[in-house]
Amino acid sequence: MKPEQIKPYGDTLNDGIVQLSFTLPVENGARAKKAAECYVRELNFEDISVVHAQKIAEGYTCFMVYARAKPSIDYAKIKAKEAKYEHMDYYQINALIKEEFGRPLVVVGATIGHDAHTVGIDAIMNMKGYNMDYGLERYPEIEAHNLGAQVSCEELIKAAIKYKADVILASQTVTQKDNHIVNFTELMEQLQSAGIKDQLVVLAGGAKISNEFAVKLGYDAGFGAKTIPSQVASFIVTRLIKLKNRVVQQTAGNR
Amino acid sequence: MAHIPLKPKQIERVKHLASQIANQVQAFITDHSSLSVERAVLRLYGVDGLADCGAPLPNRVVDLWSDDGDISSGISRPFAAAMLASGSSAQKTAELIAKGKLKLSNYAASSKDKVAKKEYALARNAVAILEASKYKKEKKIEQVPLPIQPWRYLIVATGNIYEDRTQAESAVYSGADIIAVIRSTAQSLLDYVPYGPTTDGFGGTYATQANFKIMREALDQASEQHGRYVRLVNYASGLCMAEIAACAAIEDLDVLLNDSMYGILFRDINMQRTFIDQYFSRLICAKASIIINTGEDNYLTTSHAVDSAHTVTASQLINEAMGKNARLTDDLLGLGHAFEINPEIENAFLYELAHAQLARELFPDAPLKYMPPTKHKSTDIFYSHCMDTLFNLASVTTEQGIHLTGILTEALHTPLMQDRYKSISSVNYVFNVARDLGQEIEFKKDGFIVKRAQQVLDETEVLLNDICNIGLMESIAQGHFADISRQKDGGKGLDGVFKKGPNYSNPVMDILESAV
Repeated sequence: MKPEQIKPYGDTLNDGIVQLSFTLPVENGARAKKAAECYVRELNFEDISVVHAQKIAEGYTCFMVYARAKPSIDYAKIKAKEAKYEHMDYYQINALIKEEFGRPLVVVGATIGHDAHTVGIDAIMNMKGYNMDYGLERYPEIEAHNLGAQVSCEELIKAAIKYKADVILASQTVTQKDNHIVNFTELMEQLQSAGIKDQLVVLAGGAKISNEFAVKLGYDAGFGAKTIPSQVASFIVTRLIKLKNRVVQQTAGNR
Repeated sequence: MAHIPLKPKQIERVKHLASQIANQVQAFITDHSSLSVERAVLRLYGVDGLADCGAPLPNRVVDLWSDDGDISSGISRPFAAAMLASGSSAQKTAELIAKGKLKLSNYAASSKDKVAKKEYALARNAVAILEASKYKKEKKIEQVPLPIQPWRYLIVATGNIYEDRTQAESAVYSGADIIAVIRSTAQSLLDYVPYGPTTDGFGGTYATQANFKIMREALDQASEQHGRYVRLVNYASGLCMAEIAACAAIEDLDVLLNDSMYGILFRDINMQRTFIDQYFSRLICAKASIIINTGEDNYLTTSHAVDSAHTVTASQLINEAMGKNARLTDDLLGLGHAFEINPEIENAFLYELAHAQLARELFPDAPLKYMPPTKHKSTDIFYSHCMDTLFNLASVTTEQGIHLTGILTEALHTPLMQDRYKSISSVNYVFNVARDLGQEIEFKKDGFIVKRAQQVLDETEVLLNDICNIGLMESIAQGHFADISRQKDGGKGLDGVFKKGPNYSNPVMDILESAV
């Protein structure tokens, strides 16, 4: 593979320009600015200009800095998985479910852990949907159960079993100190120990969630900010059809 | 000032409808009480702290009376009788009861008259505490004046009250007029008020009386230092509305989130419980001069902000009517609304102005609580910052009361110190450069904004008529608010509701109701 070295772009290729903003727990002044500059140098930048330093509280100063990044990376070696599916619309999805399954697909969703934000799960599941795209509750061929926020992993799994779910949607919007990783991990572990992971499509969603992150934790896919309901529905259908066909093939092989 | 000509007759009609709706519910409230109302009475009588079993003493005492006595008569009378028997303070008496050394009874050794006198003395003292809180706040405001509206409201949410204090001090430094300590996640579902200073909340800090005190003291210092009175907000909605109001009044809090429907819709708390609790909670707020904030802004996070605008207005009117039933005056009605319209809609800002100005017209003397965009906030923090800037402009132009500062990282994480600073810089900038814009502009007659406001008011009237016909409880069951349906007997906390017996006694409520 041909190496493809890249670095950040400001206004000239390979100028490496990056903007940074951070706070140091010191009073503003010449020494504080110098400290900010030295710190950014430690981060391996050069041509550092501390363009703004502002006292934001007693003993705290916030900086804005422009600097040139030294390293470049080989883009040819970068790999990331995007959730693979063809984006269909509301009508196509409903028609496909009818044709392939002949019954509504059951989706159970919740914001897990202590997170009280339903914005994400509501955007995908509520009737109204998000950004002019209908939510899953609107789909005649989807039976959607939105359990709301602060649902424990146990409750979510219990509901999934009760409703005979095909799909679990787990959401995390605003959490502190990487709690979302803990919560998503816990859900996956519990699904596995309950022995139902393989029968389900399990999706993670939230502003900070990438597909890569979700797949790494064992989820079928992850959906981040700006996702619209029909994207999730498209993925669900595509994945469930794949699962169905795999089961059929396996059964055929056993014969 | 900016003005939308609405028909006074129509305003009269919608206000009358709302008060009819509130009065239907009031009839139910009057006949019922709840365990948390009774616990609030004990708190106002001076009971605090924990029992040996770890439960708060007010819970322990009320539970004992509910399990082994006659809760339908209320806690006040048997407790007053127990105090006469013990001959000691409310606190000591509660401790003796919790330890099983003293039994609650309606058939006391003392005469009926003596018990009634004791009850009345306790209640008068309780009300005096509420009045004193009002007086203390007025005194402080005389010394360091209130800033002009819109008041800049900033949240702190570290989980640790001492860390919150640091964050709050920095927020005041950057310009905050109101500090809200976000509660620990799911505290609204706890059927007790936790005790003591706390450092271990999730996504927020537990609302405890001790935490209230720590923060209020810090803000008193900050107020003096910066020459403006900084108000303190906490949250009452949930299973302990009345108790939290009592704790807040004792510690001189200024604002409580206190919605008559939020808990029902968004926390699945039983509606009977909520209606009963909000009433006593608001009576306490009225006497202690605590501004209530209502939660209509939340509707628009689940419903469409254009299509459902009238549900916000209807709910504001109902909250106002219920608040008035609980003796709240206009200056204490922080009715809520929000800037939540999808920015991809053309002229979204004009809709926002119409909605904000409509609220201003309907409630001219209320310190309206205006919530920033959240639903359509982007993880592009620069774009989000722009959205907040327009929100700030709408707020100052339409002269809102309590301005919840939008934070550029809303869609990402609980605010960092620098996020808060950036956000309030935008507020300071816009409020300053457009301070009197509202005074200068008139909305075009038959223009988009005037027509839109009129349309929302018309839809509100239709909805209020429907609600009035079927009753508020049934309307909630049918999902008229926030597209969420809750049943009369569903949700959490119904087991704490009881019908008042013929011997029910709650002299605190009697005095608060008689006060004009």
